[in-house]
Amino acid sequence: MLRFLALLPLLFAASVASKEAPPAAADPVLEKRVMALAEELRCLVCQNQTLADSNAPLAEDLRNQLREKMREGRSDAEVVDFLVARYGDFVLYRPPLKATTVLLWFGPLLLVAAGFAVLLRRLLRRRSIEVAEMTAADRKRAAELLAGTQGERR
Amino acid sequence: MTMTRFAIPIAIFVALVALLGIGLKLDPREVPSPLIGKPAPHFELPQLRETTRTFTERDMRGKVWMLNVWASWCVSCREEHPVLLDLAASGAVPIYGLNYKDKREDGLAWLKGMGDPYKLSIYDFDGRVGIDYGVYGVPETYVIDKAGVIRYKRIGPLTPQIVKEKVLPLVRELERA
Repeated sequence: MLRFLALLPLLFAASVASKEAPPAAADPVLEKRVMALAEELRCLVCQNQTLADSNAPLAEDLRNQLREKMREGRSDAEVVDFLVARYGDFVLYRPPLKATTVLLWFGPLLLVAAGFAVLLRRLLRRRSIEVAEMTAADRKRAAELLAGTQGERR
Repeated sequence: MTMTRFAIPIAIFVALVALLGIGLKLDPREVPSPLIGKPAPHFELPQLRETTRTFTERDMRGKVWMLNVWASWCVSCREEHPVLLDLAASGAVPIYGLNYKDKREDGLAWLKGMGDPYKLSIYDFDGRVGIDYGVYGVPETYVIDKAGVIRYKRIGPLTPQIVKEKVLPLVRELERA
């Protein structure tokens, strides 16, 4: 037992040493940043895939560009601007709010609002029909019909 | 009553069909380029034939010219090639080629076999200049004015109709400016 305890510090030493070992990937932090940003960007060749997903040669080139710019110390926003300057807002999966994209952003809300307006109008109209009071004449006629005195006029 | 009752839903349906119909007609590959109206990005690349000599867009200051991005692996370029040859023969506008992500010998073999409409071609092996020009679907064509500003971009092959209706009138207008 004592001998085992004596070995314990060695175990810790080993774990410390293993932490200091260089990471296998070139730079996992940078790689993570590249992939996180690439998830937000559209591949121009296969338009419904992100730059991160796509295997198109252009997507690969663009990922390399992202990596290179980031290594130069550019911020995410600067890298995105670099791509937008070349390919337009279309590369962004979250397009900016501009005059040309207002309909894109608020169109669905507008449709929902229109739907609610129609629904509300319908409901109000239905209520006004149901609420219609019977007149005294109506009541009298109904009573007669029920009693069968007059029946249908022949 | 029944007429008006159905008129509104039918009108909405027809409008929706029309909207979707227009959507089908649009080509999602035609992404409007943010480069139109902007100065052509700077490049200085070796030429395809004369490997020791370079060419830059600055050499073309004061001229209206056309930059055509092509590659020997590009199928649509084959379709476009006769149109470029005709345009080059007419002498309406000087055409310069950007050989994009190609093997040099393949590019040269292509020009030898199919004819060379270009004043010269530059060689963009790693596609870096292509990225600066926002290239993503070869062939692509740019018309650049005397001040070095991009005035027109076509993604995909040029057709005789596009050359006649868009490119030539624009070149004529820019020449006058």
